[in-house]
Amino acid sequence: MIAVAPTVGQIDVRSLSKVYSGRRAPFLALDAVSFSVRAGEFCALIGPSGCGKTTLLHILAGLIEPTAGTVAIPRRAPGRLLTAIIFQGVSTLPWMTVIQNVTLGLRHVVAPPPEGSDPAVRAKGSDPSFWAGGRARRERAMDALGRVGLEAFADAFPHQLSEGMRQRVSIARALATDPDVLLMDEPFANLDEQNRLLLQDELLRIWQDTRKTVLFVTHSLDEALRLADRVLVMTAAPGRIKSEVDVPLRRPREFTSVRQDPAYGALSARLWGDLRDEVMKARQVDRDSGRRTQDDS
Amino acid sequence: MTRSYWWLAVGSPVALLAVWEALSRTGVLDPRFFPPPSVILRLLVAMVDSGELLFHIGVSVRRVLLGFVLGSVPAVILGLSMGLARPVRALLMPVVSAIYPIPKIAIYPLVIFYLGIGEASKVSIVALSIFFLVLLNTMAGVLGLDRRYFQIARAYGAGPRELFTTVALPGAMPAIFTGLKLGMGFALIVIVGAELLGSDAGIGFLIWRSYQIFAIDQMYVGLLVTAVLGWLATISLDGLERVAMPWRS
Repeated sequence: MIAVAPTVGQIDVRSLSKVYSGRRAPFLALDAVSFSVRAGEFCALIGPSGCGKTTLLHILAGLIEPTAGTVAIPRRAPGRLLTAIIFQGVSTLPWMTVIQNVTLGLRHVVAPPPEGSDPAVRAKGSDPSFWAGGRARRERAMDALGRVGLEAFADAFPHQLSEGMRQRVSIARALATDPDVLLMDEPFANLDEQNRLLLQDELLRIWQDTRKTVLFVTHSLDEALRLADRVLVMTAAPGRIKSEVDVPLRRPREFTSVRQDPAYGALSARLWGDLRDEVMKARQVDRDSGRRTQDDS
Repeated sequence: MTRSYWWLAVGSPVALLAVWEALSRTGVLDPRFFPPPSVILRLLVAMVDSGELLFHIGVSVRRVLLGFVLGSVPAVILGLSMGLARPVRALLMPVVSAIYPIPKIAIYPLVIFYLGIGEASKVSIVALSIFFLVLLNTMAGVLGLDRRYFQIARAYGAGPRELFTTVALPGAMPAIFTGLKLGMGFALIVIVGAELLGSDAGIGFLIWRSYQIFAIDQMYVGLLVTAVLGWLATISLDGLERVAMPWRS
């Protein structure tokens, strides 16, 4: 359940637990997870495979119900999507064109036009019939596609695009709904190194423009440090927040300058120090039980 | 098909017909039982001219098309529901599994008993034979879909009804067409069978009557027409498939 109440942060997670009823025994995926994310903050969530990162994100997205605990995401503006999630891997519906994919989230959102547009038009935004129109939705979707540089592919089908382009479609779909919170589940995990760097740049640029609150799940220490203001480290299953690491690197974060910054090395070492034990623990659990833990990569 | 092999595809049936013609004309095959293709073709043209053949084709095609729509539309809706909702599946699957393997032509006497010997029974038996094939394929299509597609739709605000139209229906479309194509084959088998058993018009009736009056060449015309109808049905369904699924090219 996602409470919509005024609280300190933009996301407030309190004592969140999730138990899956497994075939042999119940499986505790999340164990009393608590943390907050400030409005406009870029927060990364890092942890070993199967630690419940995806479960946590899916609870925040409203896809699954927690077993215990609360999530509070205050609604800052009516008529927006509260959270928009960007999935890992398969992230587009193959039978919809790019523009249809991006418009998917807009059907239920009666929202004002994007920031910075004409006040007269924004006033009209409060009139549902105006925004119920397909043309307005298309315009908004095209605007989002423009942000990721894919206007020219609006009428293409996903199979005609590269993996990186499909992931950009998925980002555009999230942006189009103008959400309060952007949830990203290893969105670049299936991309090759070079494309990943390019998309990270793009994401940083978009984030600096929109200042969305972002919760970004990743496996990669480097990705977490490159993107985030703060990194939350999770333990091996059952998932808990083990530590928080602030990332005071200067923005904008150019690839070369970040890598040359001595602080980067120190942060990287510190994160790995925290993470290493958990990864070892996760591997030990895997070996003991003779099976892969919860599919939660 | 690549350009270099199309002549093989055209050549093989032509060669077969040529051999048949030669064997029949030279008397190796008894022309009373195996009339040469040229004779069959001439008879076909004459029967088209008299309007007799087109009448029978019209009757059969109408029965198949009506039965096709009547059988496949509810099958798709029910198949999607069974794929989406476990309770619906639990409720209907035992009945479906039990009725599916019964040869539909074996139910035909029962259908005649309820609906009479007229059009209703013929259309119904076609619908029945298609229904289960499309139903099971549609359900399998939904069950085989990546769970992620449903997550995407739900995360972006789709309710149960929209999951139906934005994910389940388009996602299961390839499987639905597999069912339709299989069903079309069965529909032709069943309609000709039903017309053989009791009818006063249609391709099956034409074949049966030809047998009774020992007009073997007319029987061949009936068989030829059935083959061509099946081929045309496949082509139309392939075309429909391309229109219905523009994302697969």
